[in-house]
Amino acid sequence: METSTSQSTADALDKGGILKNKIKVLKKMYPHTRSVLLPALHAAQQLYGWLSEDAIEQVSRLTGVTTADVKGVVTFYSLFKTKPLGRHVIYLCTNVACLIMGADTLEEYLGKTYGISHGETSADGRFSLVIMECIGACDKAPAMLVNDDCHFNISMDNIQQIMESYR
Amino acid sequence: MKNIILKNIENPNSHRIEEYIKAGGYFALEHAVNEMTPRDIIDDIKKSGLRGRGGAGFSTGMKWQFASLDPKFPKYIVCNADEGEPGTFKDRVILEKNPHQLIEGMVITAYALQSVRGYIYLRAEYPHVEKILNDAIQEAYAKGFLGNDIMSRHFRFNLSVHRGAGAYICGEETALINSLEGRRGDPRVKPPFPVNSGAWSKPTIVNNVETYANIPYIVETSPKAYSFLGTRDAPGTKLFCVSGAVKNPGVFELQLGTPLREIIYDHCGGIRNGRALKGIIPGGLSTSILTPDMIDCPMDFANLARHGSMLGSGAVIVLDDTMCIVKIYERAMRFFEHESCGKCTPCREGTGWMRTILRRIEDGMADMEDLATLEDVAHNVAGKTFCPLGEGAAQVLLSAMKRYRGEFEYHVKYKKCEVTDPSLRWGHMSMDELD
Ligand SMILES: Cc1cc2nc3c(=O)[nH]c(=O)nc-3n(C[C@H](O)[C@H](O)[C@H](O)COP(=O)(O)O)c2cc1C
Ligand code: FES
Repeated sequence: METSTSQSTADALDKGGILKNKIKVLKKMYPHTRSVLLPALHAAQQLYGWLSEDAIEQVSRLTGVTTADVKGVVTFYSLFKTKPLGRHVIYLCTNVACLIMGADTLEEYLGKTYGISHGETSADGRFSLVIMECIGACDKAPAMLVNDDCHFNISMDNIQQIMESYR
Repeated sequence: MKNIILKNIENPNSHRIEEYIKAGGYFALEHAVNEMTPRDIIDDIKKSGLRGRGGAGFSTGMKWQFASLDPKFPKYIVCNADEGEPGTFKDRVILEKNPHQLIEGMVITAYALQSVRGYIYLRAEYPHVEKILNDAIQEAYAKGFLGNDIMSRHFRFNLSVHRGAGAYICGEETALINSLEGRRGDPRVKPPFPVNSGAWSKPTIVNNVETYANIPYIVETSPKAYSFLGTRDAPGTKLFCVSGAVKNPGVFELQLGTPLREIIYDHCGGIRNGRALKGIIPGGLSTSILTPDMIDCPMDFANLARHGSMLGSGAVIVLDDTMCIVKIYERAMRFFEHESCGKCTPCREGTGWMRTILRRIEDGMADMEDLATLEDVAHNVAGKTFCPLGEGAAQVLLSAMKRYRGEFEYHVKYKKCEVTDPSLRWGHMSMDELD
């Protein structure tokens, strides 16, 4: 019984069959269907914003990988989101090269200003904070991504202005 | 010295195929498919002495030969663009500014290995690079450098990007292959090595971005010309990416064996804000810290090993005297703990315990016994882990504790930090504040 309800809600998620078609194309890139799992999860996440139980269920059926197995993969990787995040996601690097250039001060600032620490979303749903390991911009430290935009050489002088540009 | 890897990057359109061809690009591929046998190419790469740029420094030619001698087909060509080693941002420059040199290197490799399929494993933290790479791949298809009949020579090779999802361990080649196959990124037991049983159990070459970017130059000049660069044991140039307390951080292409002093003082303009040099992490966070008296160490595999460290990815993190070693290694251990895949107990549990004790020291809650326990845990992790991640975590801590012993003891004795005055937040000091 339970399966059929979750199947129907999962189906409702991909009404237009967008994900189904995407995965069909992606499958052609690999010699074995199983390999399509990561790109399929990326596609689902892009489509739905995060990977809900229903989304996971759906990816499971479209790829033929069991739900438990899909969940195992999803939880291994830190950039697959298993809960909905805010409108804008701040990916702040605090690894060593950024830390020694003041990333801890920025983390504190974001915590104070928006009431968020790692993995949390502000009460108004505007920002979520994700603490990152090195994002490969250490010469322009401290660095962060907001959604897909890179911001470099952040300091207490410019962080407020950057944050203001995301409403 | 001439740039091999970063050639033409001042050109704002260096990532476009027309500009790459104008600068002599894809000539090496033409030369390879028209005038060389696959075996000639493997021999040339072997003779050149090229060693992998991803960290381990294994002979690229040998790796190719092993895969070539394996009778199984198809063979897969994989590019490791995971660039997860903290402090590293060199592959990013190639991917952003010179993607065609990577593609050309991969196609030549495919020809040498008679491979028909390749993947670029790209870290998810570089979302903008995926588009650059996909555009470059499309351009290469359009010009007939990729596809089913490359340069009308009945040579087929298809290439696409496979995106990771934020896991440092997926930079380790067997974990990367698991991730490519759609699995959790746990490392696999070696042997079998990927050259015999890699992606989908077929012979697979995994090379770093920078390694592939060296191939066109070797093929179009000669192995001899290449081996004139760098040192005997480590020929060629290397991208050094310098960050931290220097005036002018960035990526520099220099010959292997360039002394650390020259990198920091000539190319990066020395230490910022008139501070004193405190230490150097020479090859990414997983390589042991060097003290200022080691500043004349030539940057190559053998000399760094002699100083108890490694060349790693060539990521040089420079520390000045306002920076606290305990705090840095507490953060480093947090990284290793977070990135441990959890497969083996010494790494999974050890990194957590080491981080907990380091936190206690940093918070001024530790006593001398904690220092001994910390060392004891590290010794019990070192040499006992499934893959080099946990090994690196233990080794870098042990060498930091040995080389900066006084600082650890000061934290324990005085319950505070010897160097960082809390009123001087690191990185936020300007010259005026110091005066
Ligand atoms: C924990 C760990 C992380 C690694 N991360 C990377 C990486 O991000 N990029 C890379 O090229 N090699 C990385 N390596 C090295 C790879 O396992 C492999 O040796 C390399 O990709 C081989 O290519 P090369 O011979 O061209 O260097 C890592 C190794 C380990 C143990
Ligand atoms: S440490 Fe922050 S970008 Fe590298």
